[in-house]
Amino acid sequence: MSKLDLLQGTLDLMVLKTLAAMGHLHGYGIARRIEQVSGNEVLLNQGTIYASLVRLEQRGWIASTWGVSANNRKARFYSITKAGRRQLAEDSRYWERLTGVMDRVLSMSKTSNEEAALDESGEPA
Amino acid sequence: MSGVKRLLGRLRAFFHKQALDAAIDDELAAHLDFAIEENLERGLPPEEARRLALVSIGGFEQAREKHREARGLMTLDILLQDLKYTLRTLGRDPGFTVVAILILALGIGANIAVFSVVNTLMLRPLPFANPQQLVWIAPPPTKCGLSCATYSTDAYDTFRVQTRSYQDVTGYFAFSSPGNLSLSLGGAMIPATSIDVISNFFQVLGVQPAMGRVFTQGDARNGAPPVVLLTDAWWRRQFNADPAIVGKAFDMNGQQTTVIGVLPRTFDFGAVFSPGAKVDALTPLNLYGPPRDWGNIITFIGRLKPGISLAQARQDAENASQYMCWNNKQPRSCGSYKGYVVPVPLKDYVSGRLRRALVVLWSAVGVILLIACVNLSNLLLARAAARSKEFAMRGALGASRGRIVRQLLTESVVLSGAGALLGLGLAFILVTWLAHQGAIALPLLSTLHIDGASLGWTVLIAVSAAVLFGLVPGLRMAGGNLQESLKDSGSGAGLGRKHERLRAALVVTEVALACMLLVGAGLLLRSFLKVLDVDLGFQPEHAAAVKVEYNDSAPTNDASVQKRTAIFQQVLARAGAIPGVEAVGITDYLPLGQNRAWGTPLPKGVRPPDKAPPSPLVYVITPGYLRAMGTGLRGRDFTWNDGLKSENVVIINQAFAHYLADFAQWPKGDAIGREITSGGQDLHIIGITDDVHEESAEGEAGWQIYYPVTQAGPTGAELVMRTTLPPNVLATSVLRTLRDLNPKQPAAEFRPIQMLVDHANSPRRFFMLLVAAFATLGLLLAALGIYGVISYSVTQRTQEIGIRMALGSTMGRVQADVIGGTLRLAAAGVLLGTVASFAVARLIASLLFDTSPSDTATYIGMALALLLVAVVSGYIPARRASRISPMVALRSS
Repeated sequence: MSKLDLLQGTLDLMVLKTLAAMGHLHGYGIARRIEQVSGNEVLLNQGTIYASLVRLEQRGWIASTWGVSANNRKARFYSITKAGRRQLAEDSRYWERLTGVMDRVLSMSKTSNEEAALDESGEPA
Repeated sequence: MSGVKRLLGRLRAFFHKQALDAAIDDELAAHLDFAIEENLERGLPPEEARRLALVSIGGFEQAREKHREARGLMTLDILLQDLKYTLRTLGRDPGFTVVAILILALGIGANIAVFSVVNTLMLRPLPFANPQQLVWIAPPPTKCGLSCATYSTDAYDTFRVQTRSYQDVTGYFAFSSPGNLSLSLGGAMIPATSIDVISNFFQVLGVQPAMGRVFTQGDARNGAPPVVLLTDAWWRRQFNADPAIVGKAFDMNGQQTTVIGVLPRTFDFGAVFSPGAKVDALTPLNLYGPPRDWGNIITFIGRLKPGISLAQARQDAENASQYMCWNNKQPRSCGSYKGYVVPVPLKDYVSGRLRRALVVLWSAVGVILLIACVNLSNLLLARAAARSKEFAMRGALGASRGRIVRQLLTESVVLSGAGALLGLGLAFILVTWLAHQGAIALPLLSTLHIDGASLGWTVLIAVSAAVLFGLVPGLRMAGGNLQESLKDSGSGAGLGRKHERLRAALVVTEVALACMLLVGAGLLLRSFLKVLDVDLGFQPEHAAAVKVEYNDSAPTNDASVQKRTAIFQQVLARAGAIPGVEAVGITDYLPLGQNRAWGTPLPKGVRPPDKAPPSPLVYVITPGYLRAMGTGLRGRDFTWNDGLKSENVVIINQAFAHYLADFAQWPKGDAIGREITSGGQDLHIIGITDDVHEESAEGEAGWQIYYPVTQAGPTGAELVMRTTLPPNVLATSVLRTLRDLNPKQPAAEFRPIQMLVDHANSPRRFFMLLVAAFATLGLLLAALGIYGVISYSVTQRTQEIGIRMALGSTMGRVQADVIGGTLRLAAAGVLLGTVASFAVARLIASLLFDTSPSDTATYIGMALALLLVAVVSGYIPARRASRISPMVALRSS
């Protein structure tokens, strides 16, 4: 099975979540963490993580400092800011709603097509 | 909020490109190290560890580019690249760049300058509060000059009381002559010009003083202490902008006069009400003092109540006019203003006449800009053709069409930006120069400057010009077929041909536009020459006038006349004795200046006509004046013996004599020796003069009547001298003589009569010169366009010409061929332009004088001029073509 292409905007959210969960991390760490959590199912050009990082930093959702890693290497460490946590909460909610809707839409069975549409229409989205 | 922050972040990133690039490189290097290390820990051999690490990163350059894209401003980056590239390519071709920028600068500069003029004279509101409410109240234009355009003080009072639609009405004394105020600061008298205004003048116009206060009713009362308001210009020039001037008193006309205020810089009386004249000070007009019974002396300016329409105001004035009396003590004069009290918007009065001329001027510079753009389009097209391979190459290397068009547009924007900047500089010089042309009798000209509106106009022009001329070559280039361009070796196949056709069409357009401009300018020039040729009724060359100060006040009229006669005789004797002076005389008013009328004298013993004819203009003169002025006379001149005890004598002009003779049916139609009567006084006609153009060279000469100073009262004295020397040479000796006779004689201006004529003709000269300048510019640009196209086609055909020469064609044949091509283009343009000119000329017919809009000589002359210029501009490339060496040409590609 081939790896998943990342949807537009999802990488930013993954980075935010990773930093929220792990605290202080450098670019390589973030990339590896995402790969591990995804079970190596996403196709991640690790280099693109830096575009995401600079974008998030410009928006003030993460902050960075240069520091030294456990194995004594100089690296840039990122951490999530308060605004970043707010944004993460908001984006997560949005994402959950979206995946919920996607689930329901995709689980439509062929035979009960119309009934399902009628049932669902009554519910608040 | 975050949007702003983000933009700032991006801008910072844009300007710190290098530092940020270094940072991302460090980060990527660290990343690689981490990855390799981890792979080694997993037990991979070093080579493999490094390879896998690089694969997982997915390309350094890509990561870097993505990083830049995310953090910075991509479009700005590209723009900067385009800009850098543009500057480099333009720098590589300085000839093209300089010509292109110059062409645009001339076109845009002319446009800004003319727009400033149009804006000042026509578009911008007058410098008063709520100027749209202000109206000028006057009779429809008549022949009898200022006296028929003004009202009496009684009429003023009645008008104010009888009207309902006016907030208030004001006015000024219309007969003040230049230099009527003598300022004494200890030394010689300093002449200045002041205007008497009704005390509510500034309140009605809504002008606040820059310092001090404006007039109140108290200032204009009988016995009120004399006060004066200074204009900004005079305050600066004469009083060194003294900040504490308010309250100080100066000797003006022999009276201690207190300065009560200084007017703002924006208030220029002359600029609005008497174009070309310089007014230094304003004084209150005492309506209840001596001017009470002077007849028509006041002009009316009214301010309408809010919401009142012009039609209502007109109706109101019409109603009031039946109650207005020339003099309340003469019941018969009541109602005589009926039909003569008509308000028009003040703006129309000030510059309405100029509207058409300004529109023509505006169109002329518009055409100039169009020609400039066409020319540039042509130049760029030639360049684009030469660069077609470069663009094809870029296309082959992956540049998108949009990117190439953007590059070309950037080039034209840079060119037009530079052109606009330079043009603005040129316009600034031109406008500053124009604003200081005090001798041009155009209203508001002295307030001319480049303001925000003109600047906005510049930007608009520059951008639209850029798009206009940048688009054509841009689209053509981008639309071209890549392969064809790469193959096209410049020998005139395919695309090259198409280009040439387009370029030829552009040149024809250009020539046609230039032709229209030339014909317009030619017609205006011819009109101007005709105006200069008009027989004015006097000889302006070799004559000059200077204002003479005298004091003839005496207890009785008789004594006053005697005193005056003695003074004038002495002045004339002394001035006439100055070497080089041929003839001297004194008049109270000069032609082409101010004037006045005293009613219409009619033949004695004949019943007056029902409707009074216009009044002749009155001049009070000394013996010799007519000769000094160069006005022809039949009959006899006045002599010093025509005194109070002898019969009253007058001299009239031919037109008036004709009317009188017709009206009274005098035998043989001759008026000499006849008697006319005016205000109960019998006047004996002793001479008939040529018709003098008293208001303008272009208008028809009206009626004139001359009285001798020995019998009637003059309102001043202008000493007129006819000389054999250039008039200015005499200035000092004449002034010294006058100062000898009267120490109070101010250092009055010595005015050659020709100057008065020039002043009267100055608006026409102004427009004619500008249009002619633009036509010349148009011609030049057209010549440049022709040269460009022909020269380009010669370059393109080098090979062909080489072959022809090798096959035995002569130099002459090649030259004739190239020049023939040029003439074909020019002839097509001239034909097109002539047809268009016929249509356009009709629109400027009202600006012409004694010249038909389809004046054949002008059309033929202009067509020949254009063809000649075409031949000259085609000759240079033709010469080059004929010099082509077959060997070099054939080897060249």
